[in-house]
Amino acid sequence: MASSIIQRIGAATSFDTNNNYFHRRSFSGRQSSFVVVRSDGANITTRLKPNGGRTHHLVTNAVATKPHTSAASKPGHEILLFDALREGLEEEMDRDPRVCIMGEDVGHYGGSYKVTKGLAPKYGDLRVLDTPIAENAFTGMGIGAAMTGLRPIIEGMNMGFLLLAFNQISNNCGMLHYTSGGQFKIPVVIRGPGGVGRQLGAEHSQRLESYFQSIPGIQMVACSTPYNAKGLMKAAIRSDNPVILFEHVLLYNLKETIPDEEYVLNLEEAEMVRPGQHVTILTYSRMRYHVMQAAKTLVNKGYDPEVIDIRSLKPFDLHTIGNSVKKTHRVLIVEECMRTGGIGASLTAAINENFHDYLDAPIVCLSSQDVPTPYAGTLEEWTVVQPPQIVAAVEQLCQ
Amino acid sequence: MAFARSIHHLHPLPPVSNTRGLKPSPLFLGSIRPDSHTHTITRSSVSVSSSAQRRSAVAANVSDVKTKPAANLLVTKEEGLEVYEDLILGRVFEDMCAQMYYRGKMFGFVHLYNGQEAVSSGFIKLLKQGDSVVSTYRDHVHALSKGVPARAVMSELFGKTTGCCRGQGGSMHMFSAEHNVLGGFAFIGEGIPVATGAAFTSKYKREVLKEDCDDVTLAFFGDGTANNGQFFECLNMAALWKLPIIFVVENNLWAIGMSHLRATSDPEIWKKGPAFGMPGVHVDGMDVLKVREVAKEAIGRARRGEGPTLVECETYRFRGHSLADPDELRDPDEKARYAARDPITQFKKYLIENKLASEAELKAIEKKIDEVVEDAVEFADESPAPSRSQLLENVFADPRGFGIGPDGRYRCEDPKFTEGTAQV
Repeated sequence: MASSIIQRIGAATSFDTNNNYFHRRSFSGRQSSFVVVRSDGANITTRLKPNGGRTHHLVTNAVATKPHTSAASKPGHEILLFDALREGLEEEMDRDPRVCIMGEDVGHYGGSYKVTKGLAPKYGDLRVLDTPIAENAFTGMGIGAAMTGLRPIIEGMNMGFLLLAFNQISNNCGMLHYTSGGQFKIPVVIRGPGGVGRQLGAEHSQRLESYFQSIPGIQMVACSTPYNAKGLMKAAIRSDNPVILFEHVLLYNLKETIPDEEYVLNLEEAEMVRPGQHVTILTYSRMRYHVMQAAKTLVNKGYDPEVIDIRSLKPFDLHTIGNSVKKTHRVLIVEECMRTGGIGASLTAAINENFHDYLDAPIVCLSSQDVPTPYAGTLEEWTVVQPPQIVAAVEQLCQ
Repeated sequence: MAFARSIHHLHPLPPVSNTRGLKPSPLFLGSIRPDSHTHTITRSSVSVSSSAQRRSAVAANVSDVKTKPAANLLVTKEEGLEVYEDLILGRVFEDMCAQMYYRGKMFGFVHLYNGQEAVSSGFIKLLKQGDSVVSTYRDHVHALSKGVPARAVMSELFGKTTGCCRGQGGSMHMFSAEHNVLGGFAFIGEGIPVATGAAFTSKYKREVLKEDCDDVTLAFFGDGTANNGQFFECLNMAALWKLPIIFVVENNLWAIGMSHLRATSDPEIWKKGPAFGMPGVHVDGMDVLKVREVAKEAIGRARRGEGPTLVECETYRFRGHSLADPDELRDPDEKARYAARDPITQFKKYLIENKLASEAELKAIEKKIDEVVEDAVEFADESPAPSRSQLLENVFADPRGFGIGPDGRYRCEDPKFTEGTAQV
């Protein structure tokens, strides 16, 4: 089994030119679990030790350890997700002197999740600008700077804080290119960590993609692996459109080997994670890992799910999604957004509109509960979609 | 400096504690009013002896001038005529807008600038092409002063495709990349951060890109905005990073029907400047020369890299908030008092009394402007309305943002996009 894995490393899938294998490992007081997921669907034995009755979660402070499958013989370098983002930022800042960063604690502090670590000493305090706590004003400032020739990357220390910048994001970021008759472009990247973390409380656990999705004129992407994080970051910076890049608090310490040579991903494309035949599972960001975990159980039970990380939350990659629906005829959407008005709701509508004839069953959408994320760990667990729910939904769908 | 000494002689400086440790520069003084300790705010500025040399910023009445030696005039003939033409253009254009609105040629919310022309002409006529102007919904005259052709503005108001924003922006969204007019914003306060960003770019170009750049940015907004969070956030950032920006408050005392005095705990807006570490100046905004003098100082400061300035211009709008506003709340006496201080009448008088221009020359300018504005209306009338194909063109700078369609091609390649009939 091990040798066949090694041989399949580097096998290209139709949508990404690199493998998607990564490691994550938890430690410090918890029972360690070790899971490896492959993009081409090969399953490796997992050792899941029960952890006081709770299902396994990604931990924010995973340790980078050498995996015992040979990464050494592979080209590329191992990197954690936050560092991959930083690499993308640094490469783009080297390439174009107009690229600059602004946000709270991005400079001297290195970023609250270390995404901008080391950049201020290298590029200076003006290019990596520590702003006061004034989201609406500094987001607007970034937009004004973009209109006059710069290419700013605006960080929300937590995506939730960008609610304070909604005025600027909606009115100016999204609409200004249109209301100016195309005279000004707004090549900003608005990025930051969002999503449900580990007992961070309701306000630090928000999913802003559902609030921003209606704004005309913006694009939204969500990264989920070090490989696509770097690629999407670079693509977002190079895009002349305003792009909102959603990162997830719990994914920053994912480890993966990414290519040494430069690569830029496509903002509008989805990513095929695991080809299959029986059901199309559409997901993004952290839920990708819950889906892949459920996928292992499903494979053991004899199902063959096709897993797609949609990556582009606005616009949807209707080609990849459509081809999958035409093949499997069954769709399950797994997301972390709230049920009401979330990305899943829009995706359900889009698939129904475009591919209704190909569906053998109604689309099932698993979302978080419409509940302010509770602090208590048990309650928090029940607000987001867990792998057993995904397994049950697929079984139901494939009856 | 003779000027500063004369000011000290006549009026006590405000106590240093007002400025929180910022030394009051002799060039920049907050408004000096003998009754500033009372709660009643009078709307008249203090007079200064007419013989004082007026070279720099001062909150004083130029209308006190009785005999003025020619060498001490504030404008040359050429400058005077340029400013006069701009004042007239602003007035005639806005009057024409009112006419056109009631004739059903323009729609929606139209906010006219009548009465406030001195602020626009006083500031913007000092700018270079590379400098930026950011305004609010009361932006027609700011755009005109900056150099956007009257034809382009009128067409935009008529919603025609030849408008400066292709008819897509309208009255409240005047933009011009060529003349660096960065909007036109419907929500008050939302333009101020954009202006701060433009100023940031100027500083960035100088310090990071090592370009020779001393572009400044003017942010125009009203008294209502001076109570808004974005205003304060930007005052802080601009002073913190010494951005080349001037915050110009057009205090016309009314935010639709809300009197400034009913909305603001301390109505003296200029005072908010020193609180954030920048000079705050109050100026008579009905007098274009006074505004121009203050503007020169503020713009000079910004260009030299000394940082931002907050300028409060006392001004008044002769018409309602918008053409839909019945304007019933304002006291007719107040309106009459300000009508008597019409900036155009005042400046015309100055030019003639100081022999900078003759009646005939000024009449010629007025006639010229009438023709310009009528031509603009004709042009706008004859211009075509936007066709369907324009609907989807400017949503994204990069139209790949519409995404990939079911057939695998980018949706923007679909001919329905150029036709404007695609469902996005």
